[in-house]
Amino acid sequence: MSRSTMPFGRFVSSAAVLALVLTAAAPAALAETAVLLKNGLIHTESARGSLKDSSVLIVGGRVTAVGPGLTAPEGATVIDLHGRPVTPALFGGVGFLGVEEITEEDSTIDAVLKLGQMHPEFDPSLAFNPDSIPVSVSRADGIGFALVIPGSEAGRHGASGSSSVAGQASIARLDGRSPLAPVALSVVIGDGGALSGSSRAAVYMLLAQALEEARNPAVANSTDVHLLTPAGRRVLRSVVTEQRPLLVAADRASDIRTAIEFATREKLKIIIQGGAEAWRVAPLLKRAAVAVVLDPLDDLPASFDSIGATLENAARLNAGGVAIAFSLRDPDPHNIRKLRNAAGVAVAHGLPWSAALTAITSAPARLFHASAEFGSIEVGKPANLVVWSGDPLEVTSLAEAAWLDGTQATLRSRQTELRDRYLAKVRAGAAR
Amino acid sequence: MITRVALTVLRRGTIVALGALLGASAATKASSPWDDPYPSTYHASPSAPVLIRGATVLTGTGTRLEATDVLIADGKIAAIGASLAAPGGARVVEAHGRWLTPGLIDVHSHLGVYPSPAIPGNSDGNEATSPVTANVWAEHSVWPVDPGFSTALAGGITTLEILPGSANLIGGRSVVLKNVPSVTYQRMKFPGAPQSLKMACGENPKRVYGEKNTAPSTRMGNVAGYRAAWIEAEEYLRDFKEYDAKMKAGGKSAADAKPPKRDLKLDTLARALKGEIPIQMHCYRADEMAIMLDMSREFGFHIASFHHATEAYKIANLLAENGVCAAMWADWWGFKMESNDGIEENIALVDAAPQSCAIVHSDSEEGIQRLNQEAGKAIARGRAAGLDITPERAIRWLTANPARALGILERTGTIEAGKMADVVLWSRDPFSVYALADEVYIDGALQFDRAHPPSTPRSDFMLGQPATAGAP
Repeated sequence: MSRSTMPFGRFVSSAAVLALVLTAAAPAALAETAVLLKNGLIHTESARGSLKDSSVLIVGGRVTAVGPGLTAPEGATVIDLHGRPVTPALFGGVGFLGVEEITEEDSTIDAVLKLGQMHPEFDPSLAFNPDSIPVSVSRADGIGFALVIPGSEAGRHGASGSSSVAGQASIARLDGRSPLAPVALSVVIGDGGALSGSSRAAVYMLLAQALEEARNPAVANSTDVHLLTPAGRRVLRSVVTEQRPLLVAADRASDIRTAIEFATREKLKIIIQGGAEAWRVAPLLKRAAVAVVLDPLDDLPASFDSIGATLENAARLNAGGVAIAFSLRDPDPHNIRKLRNAAGVAVAHGLPWSAALTAITSAPARLFHASAEFGSIEVGKPANLVVWSGDPLEVTSLAEAAWLDGTQATLRSRQTELRDRYLAKVRAGAAR
Repeated sequence: MITRVALTVLRRGTIVALGALLGASAATKASSPWDDPYPSTYHASPSAPVLIRGATVLTGTGTRLEATDVLIADGKIAAIGASLAAPGGARVVEAHGRWLTPGLIDVHSHLGVYPSPAIPGNSDGNEATSPVTANVWAEHSVWPVDPGFSTALAGGITTLEILPGSANLIGGRSVVLKNVPSVTYQRMKFPGAPQSLKMACGENPKRVYGEKNTAPSTRMGNVAGYRAAWIEAEEYLRDFKEYDAKMKAGGKSAADAKPPKRDLKLDTLARALKGEIPIQMHCYRADEMAIMLDMSREFGFHIASFHHATEAYKIANLLAENGVCAAMWADWWGFKMESNDGIEENIALVDAAPQSCAIVHSDSEEGIQRLNQEAGKAIARGRAAGLDITPERAIRWLTANPARALGILERTGTIEAGKMADVVLWSRDPFSVYALADEVYIDGALQFDRAHPPSTPRSDFMLGQPATAGAP
């Protein structure tokens, strides 16, 4: 059953009209097509803020105008949004999208390198599969980009694990294209040091040695035992010289403090990932201009590293002037669509609504150097945006249409196919 | 049957002393002390009457009442109506614009058995040493200190079923708890709520035991494993029946009769066969659920609900026709091959079948805090698929339907006069991401009050922890 023939309950008339118009627009020559999305509530995530009764004009895949009172150029497709919200395409968080198909099936996972050695050169995004089912499922909920990171896993039963320096992180795009070049180096602190010889303290020791190898050719060329391969040294050197951030997974307040001190000493840029207790060191984070990528749903002492976890983490960090972005803690890709619900929960616990939207759009785009493509609706940028049935942070709202890289994206997935097949059976009383 | 057998055993000797010890509490109930040697010591906290005035009430019976008063007295729902008078000493709560629902019930929780912090010393949810451990009781693993109980309470959870994990084909007995702070689990134990038996289909048992190179290692091995266990239980029942018959006959026959050796594993399975212990069955795939339904007919037990049931939508009519509930997530899927067909419309499609019993469950210390939001997602997906789902209908997924699956619907799960006053006052429409439980009542006592949070943590574990200083 296609969207245009499907009954829509209480949204029936407007949603059906929207779907019909979009269907008609789809096959046209896209590069030349002009689309005017009019009469919407445009959350631009730019200095212009949120614009009521406004329009977005997309010409040749780029946003060419945003604001009230726009007129459609000759031949443009005009879509009346009837006041619906429009946001930039959402960030899907930090994890294994496109590099993991089924969590329990190792053969479908390319995120984790288990060579038992430090390989900063490891780039899991080379394995990114745009046809992975979680990619289309996430796109259907308005997600346009995500950060693909290497996984970390302690060795078990004598097998090698990964390293506390896990590898490189890259922005994946949900429009079929391959990921962007790596933007950060993933480092894991905590976990009882399971990835660093059983002590979290050793992360700094190992990292300092690796940095020395990367920076100092004399050390690299010596006959001493080395932590890094020549390729690893080159990558780590480029991280340092290009000031690419270390994405440091740490929850405990003391770990965050120590990581910041280490970074200051080594002149490294860092971003904290996880940060369950980050609110406790908010002034330090602000002073050091360190951003936190956090899960707004963390509120239990899942480990001794997160005794101070609270649903107010996001609100307190934001109030303390710390830049925040959101990611679910779980790196598995299947349900990253829940991130916008988590943003809504942060609002229910004190975060201003606009800051919550920022944390899943423009903030991660800025942090991970993807602002040229993602995170805002601004003139000159490619159209990466979503039309919502209602408040995008609300659990009862759905993505109704999306443009990714300037093209109207399909919101169908294997899951919508399953739905339509069995919806018909249930309606006929024949699901048995 | 087992109850009667147990009494026979009691009469014969040494165990009488134990029976006498338990006699005081057992005397108040019709059943035998053998029914529960670890009896509930739960007592409702004393509380003054409460009049909640002018709320939008979702009763859990499929009805929505606007601007309605609900009076709570003596731990029960005393009256529902307009302009109710507050009895002397009553606390009056002005609730205009707010919503009142029955307390939420989660049929699938591992709080206490897999508590926070999740470290090996606390990991007590799977007795993964044998594929059939019907002898273990989850309640003997429950750590009441788990901080997850109070965060669940803040999400409106008043009752929850704690299950053993799904490593085993037959994992053991569950326990139903009232979500009140307590040093012992017995003081949380829902008085009179039946224990259930946890069973598991599919990948978990075959993976756990297959990796140990023991049976089962396949799905067919799983089914053979359940059947062997049920056959043993049938023999056990038959032995007790023969023994009972000899005792009844009296004379030499009774004098010579030797009671069969009691076996904890077979006690549980035999009770399930007698219909005294309902089955809660972890099962994802539609085809496997259909196999389990056949097996329940082969041996004559009742499956109360399939848990997780990510493919329940494919057999929504079959489940409804068999009177089996499906306890589901709104959107979890893909973590295992058997959950790869999970869709966001699952709950709504299951609910759409006539005589259905759809339940929203969590299986998660995070999800249990926001079951209302999970339902909100399912409502939205259902509506987009053209299904008309009202709030008064959807609330049953979290209240009356789980109460039915747990066998406690006569006592809780709806807002009806005479029922336990387990209710939640929400700041607004509970199916919104912005809704918060303002007040949570359990048996009429205010157990959570967002406006007046406790000055110290409820959980002993959180007490005196510097990291919580300043946290709510």
